[in-house]
Amino acid sequence: MNRTALAIASFLVIMPFLWMVSLAFTPEEDAFGTGSLIPAQPTTDNFVTAFADADLGRALLNSTVVTVVAVLANCLAAVAAGYAFAMLPFRGSTPLFYALVSTAAIPVSVTLIPLFLMAKSMPLAGGNDLAGTGGTGLLDTLGGVVLPYLVLPMNIFLARQYFSTADPHLAEAARMDGAGEWLVFRRVYFPLARPLVTVIAIFSFTAVWDDFLWPLVITSSQETQTVQLALARFLSTGNVQYGPLMAGAVLVTLPVIAVFLFNQRSFISGLTDGSVKG
Amino acid sequence: MSTLVEARPGTSTGHRAPRTRRGSRRWVGVLFVLPAALYLICFQLVPVLYGLVLSFTRYSPLSRSGPQPVGVANYTRLLSSPEFGQALLVTGRYVLIVLPFTVVIALGLAMLARRPFRGVGLFRSALYVPHIVSLTTVSMVWLWIYSQHGLVNQILAVLGLSEQSWLLEESSALNAASVMRIWKALGANMVLLLAGLQSIPTVLYEAAVDGAGRWAVFRHVTLPGLRPMLTYVVAMDIVFLAQGFAEIFVLTKGGPLGSTTTVNYLIYTEAFQYNRFGSASAMAFVLFAFIVAFSFLAIRGVSGRRS
Repeated sequence: MNRTALAIASFLVIMPFLWMVSLAFTPEEDAFGTGSLIPAQPTTDNFVTAFADADLGRALLNSTVVTVVAVLANCLAAVAAGYAFAMLPFRGSTPLFYALVSTAAIPVSVTLIPLFLMAKSMPLAGGNDLAGTGGTGLLDTLGGVVLPYLVLPMNIFLARQYFSTADPHLAEAARMDGAGEWLVFRRVYFPLARPLVTVIAIFSFTAVWDDFLWPLVITSSQETQTVQLALARFLSTGNVQYGPLMAGAVLVTLPVIAVFLFNQRSFISGLTDGSVKG
Repeated sequence: MSTLVEARPGTSTGHRAPRTRRGSRRWVGVLFVLPAALYLICFQLVPVLYGLVLSFTRYSPLSRSGPQPVGVANYTRLLSSPEFGQALLVTGRYVLIVLPFTVVIALGLAMLARRPFRGVGLFRSALYVPHIVSLTTVSMVWLWIYSQHGLVNQILAVLGLSEQSWLLEESSALNAASVMRIWKALGANMVLLLAGLQSIPTVLYEAAVDGAGRWAVFRHVTLPGLRPMLTYVVAMDIVFLAQGFAEIFVLTKGGPLGSTTTVNYLIYTEAFQYNRFGSASAMAFVLFAFIVAFSFLAIRGVSGRRS
């Protein structure tokens, strides 16, 4: 009974994605009203159109660059910070930890306008002088796009959780041998924290790859657009061409699905580790 | 420095490092935290203060002059703005429609997926997929589903019913967006509630077996045990749902007649179409206040004072 009910529910939930794939391979003239999930005459024309009309190639490249930078920054800065909050506490570290992590609850719209203005007047960027005036700063640059994702506060929380259960005696031998704390972190604890780093990498990847509002605000040209914006380009042309749109959607979603299929456990624990302990 | 070291409890491991080394370890901790802390202070906390200042000014990014102080004028204008009032109502309705459905259905699915059986992992993964695909992308799929020749109207045609313009009618647009968001939020809620269910000690169920009906077990064992996670799920959902933007941008652009204009969507147009940064900032802080207030109410309500 459970299995049948779950099977039906799963099918209903997955259904929109089946249609997404189906439409991506359906010729434009059949896109309306064939009523069949399997395209009668499958075609890859929509993918060609998606690359040509929305410059999807450029968008995939931009999103990849921005995502890689954000993932690396989070895997270093957030992991190091969480490690220190758990293993190397200092006076005031607990309140500082809570202050930093609580920024995760700040609504995006509250910091949106200030971040936009700060990106615009970033000193020595985009023709700006030292005072941040005279140019356009990081507006419409990939540097501007990546700005809000370099350290995601949730990742610091996950890292502290992880290292607070790690064995503090592991490094005694290394410390006896005179290894500095950086070396202890790099050689002993960081290599052991692979599950944590995977979770943080995945969390950062999806956060950056999927975001829409910030890239929408900070970019203005096709040269800097991210994948989600490239898809939205199909909407602004009045009559929505669903074939190319869905072809683009398939390509943009594919990396996320692939990472999910190979790291399901990390996806799930990224979600549940950040929640309350029951 | 040395008092700091001695004051710190819980490091009596029997291992005695030289005092200077221990002292320096504290400083190393600061260095480890520094990049992340500086970054978050600069790009999260400072923007909040900056935004608060902006909300008391009139400021167009196009004008040569900087922000002009106007006191509380932005906030008082919002009080009498029908547009903003409607956006608050739309956002509230959106949250109140999506939240109960998604939590109840997710709880049902979590109960079904709770006991291990062959293939349960596959179903759990399938149900989780909408959560990992971006809101922008799934909204585009649903744009087609709701379109004139989309899935919903095709099904209606098979049933002999007349097609409808789901996203173009004032009466149905917000509900259509809500159905999409219920579907989108199911997976994450189910996974969290499943984790909550699995943390309830089985001893409690064994103790309740004698003579207790399934409903009684659910009410007196499952629900109380699930409370911490349920509270978390409801609070998180409120925070996310109250910030709905991408789905509105894709599905309706806030229309028809503002019937799907959420506060976040209004803030976006106010700031980046009409260049009114001051008033948009004020809206953001009013939204912030509402989110905090409703999350607290929900946390108190769900976590319950009785038990």
